[in-house]
Amino acid sequence: MTTAPPVARGPLSSEPPPLPDPEPVARIQVRKLHAWFGGFHAVRDVSLDIPTRKVTAVIGPSGCGKSTFLRCLNRLHELTPGARAEGSVLLDGVDVYGRRVDPVVLRRRVGMVFQKPNPFPTMSIRDNVLAGHLLSGTRVPDPEAMVERSLRQVALWDEVKDKLDQSGMSLSGGQQQRLCIARVLAVEPEVILLDEPCSALDPIATARIEELLGELESRYTIVLVTHNMQQAARTSDYTAFFYLGDLVELDRTTTIFTNPKERRTEDYVTGRFG
Amino acid sequence: MSGRSDAAHTSKHYEQELRELREKLILMGSLGEEMIGEGMKALATRDAARARATIDVDRRIDRLECEADQLAMQILATRQPVASDLRFLTASLKIVTDLERIGDLSVNICERVVELCDEPPLPVRIDLGGLAEEAVSALHEALDALVARDVAHATELLRRDDVIDDHYSAIFAEVLRVMGNDPTTIFRATRVQSIAKYLERIADHAMNISEVVVFLVQGRDIRHRRRPDGDADR
Repeated sequence: MTTAPPVARGPLSSEPPPLPDPEPVARIQVRKLHAWFGGFHAVRDVSLDIPTRKVTAVIGPSGCGKSTFLRCLNRLHELTPGARAEGSVLLDGVDVYGRRVDPVVLRRRVGMVFQKPNPFPTMSIRDNVLAGHLLSGTRVPDPEAMVERSLRQVALWDEVKDKLDQSGMSLSGGQQQRLCIARVLAVEPEVILLDEPCSALDPIATARIEELLGELESRYTIVLVTHNMQQAARTSDYTAFFYLGDLVELDRTTTIFTNPKERRTEDYVTGRFG
Repeated sequence: MSGRSDAAHTSKHYEQELRELREKLILMGSLGEEMIGEGMKALATRDAARARATIDVDRRIDRLECEADQLAMQILATRQPVASDLRFLTASLKIVTDLERIGDLSVNICERVVELCDEPPLPVRIDLGGLAEEAVSALHEALDALVARDVAHATELLRRDDVIDDHYSAIFAEVLRVMGNDPTTIFRATRVQSIAKYLERIADHAMNISEVVVFLVQGRDIRHRRRPDGDADR
């Protein structure tokens, strides 16, 4: 974890302060984002900047809108029947909700790792890594090299190199989750969204994923939704606290966990929410 | 955000552990106050037995120090405290050291009192009682500020450090003058000077606690900064 000036702060602010120079540069700029499930207003007027090649953690109690917020970043939210979003999410300055944006292409650039490891059960380990290309019909010049590179990036290569043709389901839960991350990396995204990626894993597998996030941080912009506050504290550079759909506070992770500015943040991180 | 939230922790056990740690610190401080007061009474009445009995109180302070450290470590290991709770834990680990040293200095006072019990008073009145009152008051108020998480009180107390230092310097000069005038007083005078120094050091530890109170409430580290009047802090 590195320290850098805060990107944005303050409760419910629609216009976060400009990014401090020289870094971090915002890879994603969220402005006045709202999200609904039918009549339920799940995310309310959220504006924040997500810096390039940093880990930004999103924390908050169940139902606070953190996963919905995450799924708005690559337009997965709109796939839920009755769900809709308003506002803008700028990826490198381009609104991902723009009419000319292809959501499928967007999701290649902004990859997602889910709570439960979900390797494709009928595919081999090798094909799971290449799944993004196989399913979209993209030709890969050197698939073996891509498989090895992706698996090495998630520190899984040495564990599976002799059984690449076995089912992805033959792996342990932690290995399966790293395989899913390798699958995301194989399509060469710029941003990786992780929605509680360790909640189904044991402490050792969790530690491996957290270690991996630290290594991936130098190349990818990472947004991590987690219920585990210590995980946010350990792995992220910035932490955003959501409550009842509002962004309450976003600041350096060290500040959030040592001296947060907002009472609601303090109450949540110290376990005083009743 | 300044200070701790008024809301209770969801975990009642956690809340209880933090309360217990707070109470151990306050008890240590109260015992320290009691030791200083008893030591000074023993000096005033030339009561060596009272001074020796007071020395024994330090064992309770030492025991409480170990218990507080153990409890703080247990909370750190099992609760992973953050924000104001984390600041309270780190503050406690510092305060407990100051309080334990206050106990030791009180023991030193009583030891000097025992040595002075068979000696006649110095030919001039030395205002040890006034300095002791200032030291006890500083300790008491630092603990009050800690309990109330009162930054204004803590910072006001810090401004009084120089007054206590000046009082000690005046006593030191007076004791030197007495020894210079009559070398037969040296044994007694050096004991009196030592007691004054112990009291001044106790006040310094109270100031340390006050600084920690500011950190505890505001997350602001004011140690080793120059005081408003320009004097370097210790």
